[in-house]
Amino acid sequence: MASGAPLLELEKVSKRFGPVQALDRVDFAVHAGEVVGLVGDNGAGKSTMVKAIAGIYSIDDGKIRFDGDEVKIKGPQDAVELGIATVYQDLALCDNLDVVANLFLGREEVAAGPGQVTRQLDEAEMEHQTSDLLSNLAVTIPSLRSEVGTLSGGQRQQVAVARSLLGEPKVVLLDEPTAALGVAQTAQVLNLIRRLRERGLGVVVISHNLADVFEVADRIFVLRLGRAGGEFDAEQTTEEHVVGAITGASSEGNGKADRQEGSTAGEGGERPEAGGEER
Amino acid sequence: MTETVEGAEARGVEAPEAGGGRRETVRRIVQGDLASLRVVIGLALIWAIFQFENDRFLSAENLTNLMLQITAVGLISVGIVYVLLLGEIDLSVGAVSGLAAAVMAVLNVQHGWSPYLAIAAAVVVGLAIGVLQGFLFSRFGVPSFVVTLAGLLAWQGALLQVLGSTGSINLTDPTITGLANTFYSDAVGWIFAALAIAAYGAVLAVGYKRRRDADLDTQSPTALIVRFVGVAVVVIAAILVLNSDRGLPLAVLILMAFVVGMEYVLKMTRFGRHVFAVGGNSEAARRAGINVNGIRVAVFGIAGTMAAIGGILAASRLLAVNQNSGGNELLLLAIAGPVIAGTSLFGGRGSVWTALLGALVIGSISNGMDLLALSSAVKFMVTGGVLLLAVLVDAIARNQRQASGRV
Repeated sequence: MASGAPLLELEKVSKRFGPVQALDRVDFAVHAGEVVGLVGDNGAGKSTMVKAIAGIYSIDDGKIRFDGDEVKIKGPQDAVELGIATVYQDLALCDNLDVVANLFLGREEVAAGPGQVTRQLDEAEMEHQTSDLLSNLAVTIPSLRSEVGTLSGGQRQQVAVARSLLGEPKVVLLDEPTAALGVAQTAQVLNLIRRLRERGLGVVVISHNLADVFEVADRIFVLRLGRAGGEFDAEQTTEEHVVGAITGASSEGNGKADRQEGSTAGEGGERPEAGGEER
Repeated sequence: MTETVEGAEARGVEAPEAGGGRRETVRRIVQGDLASLRVVIGLALIWAIFQFENDRFLSAENLTNLMLQITAVGLISVGIVYVLLLGEIDLSVGAVSGLAAAVMAVLNVQHGWSPYLAIAAAVVVGLAIGVLQGFLFSRFGVPSFVVTLAGLLAWQGALLQVLGSTGSINLTDPTITGLANTFYSDAVGWIFAALAIAAYGAVLAVGYKRRRDADLDTQSPTALIVRFVGVAVVVIAAILVLNSDRGLPLAVLILMAFVVGMEYVLKMTRFGRHVFAVGGNSEAARRAGINVNGIRVAVFGIAGTMAAIGGILAASRLLAVNQNSGGNELLLLAIAGPVIAGTSLFGGRGSVWTALLGALVIGSISNGMDLLALSSAVKFMVTGGVLLLAVLVDAIARNQRQASGRV
């Protein structure tokens, strides 16, 4: 479980689009080995926050810390280099290529020897690594050489997540990973998320589906109208409380921390590591 | 189809290739992934019909002529395959082939350049035109259709300009005319055949060993031997036929070298993988860090280069460059060929072999109809019909893929 200082920390991060305040002084943190569910209504700022972390948007105000150091994320490449991987809802897979090719897209292994001149692909090595990675994650795909377009939605999602792991990230952001998936496929993807946690990654799951969030998240972070709307320990709270925070009926996290006042993350007795975050 | 994949999940990753091998093959034939097999059957049918109508069709002499007739179109089609894989089109390749040939002719005949320099200059012209068009397309987002349509007109004008008032230049340099008119002796033909077969065997063996060393599933040795014997038989048969006429033509050797070489680049190198990625999902390719615009420029550069090489071969065969060089139906046949043979117009699916196979199909129809003394009118209509059929099959295959959840 989560321990120590957060891997990724947002402090009073704000983002405006013209007159629209998409994010308003939001504090947010992810620890290693922790799954945080990021929930909120449409337009609450979930996507904006993820894109700010992923380097698609630059923030107007506030600080982002990674591994304790303040960082400036100016573009997607900066985020990737820090070790932040993002899996977007559209997955960005090439349906005409097989699983191995998709996993290694843009970072293909090149054969040693004379093949280096033409940058010949080392297919055997890539397939070997793919096979290792997928069996490590207990992802089952009928054939690594089948085109990704032939796979089910759940398998495609798992391929996309597995691909994000090739860069050895520390934090993985998943945008609606279970949207449009059937029950069995959703279970596969949630299992995969648990294995990411076991590997010690910090995982942020954005989802509309509270049942899925409760299933997999350790902590639930609510955004409402661009502000922190509450923070809950998934085991200590109920869906009604979270829904209340999402709709604005109540803005308390576990009856304690009022996020809108900008207090630091993780107050509350059930999170002893919180003390480490005080500066 | 998606459901069957779900059902096969239990087999797990440990047996990657085991998942419904035969069923997969059937699906691929039906949905058009193994289109080349379909084309080979179609080609056999065409050959059988023409042979039945005129028993000179499958004679060594006529088959050699057929191969010589298709080299120029086949070479241009090699570049077209790359462009089609991006889901784009290049309408300028015919005009570029004519212009490049004219540049070579003018430099060699009128300016006394050495044939090698003149040929190199022609290739550079093709490359430069392709790169320019690729740049305009990728940098400004102008549809490739329009950029290359403008090119088609402009380069045709440039051809007339370069040829000047004479309108036609005869080629006499033995190096240039030798490209399409050299035939090797039987012994040399067999040496090339032996080299080709040995190289193919080595590639299969090395690939098998690499996969086995990496603990991956390998094709059964029997399947590999069947493939090897199949290819060897085709090569030996081809050399037998060519040798019983005038021998292995240099032009055919050039065509085969480009087909094999560009297929290697497409299927086995990083660049080729990126071409497929951009053609399959350019946004995904961009996010994966692939230089999408760079790939586009390079692909149009390849198309221009191959057009120039095709134009040089065509001029060598004709022994002249004139105002019609690269004109007429050359462009349309060069695009129709790969499509007939299974390279998708929608991008992301295809192989360089379709350039050769498609040229063979179209060339056979044209050659056979000439033997039967049918008019050009019938020839065009039949070729048009075959192209329409091929595009329909491509579209139907795509719709089936979409219907089965494969976008």
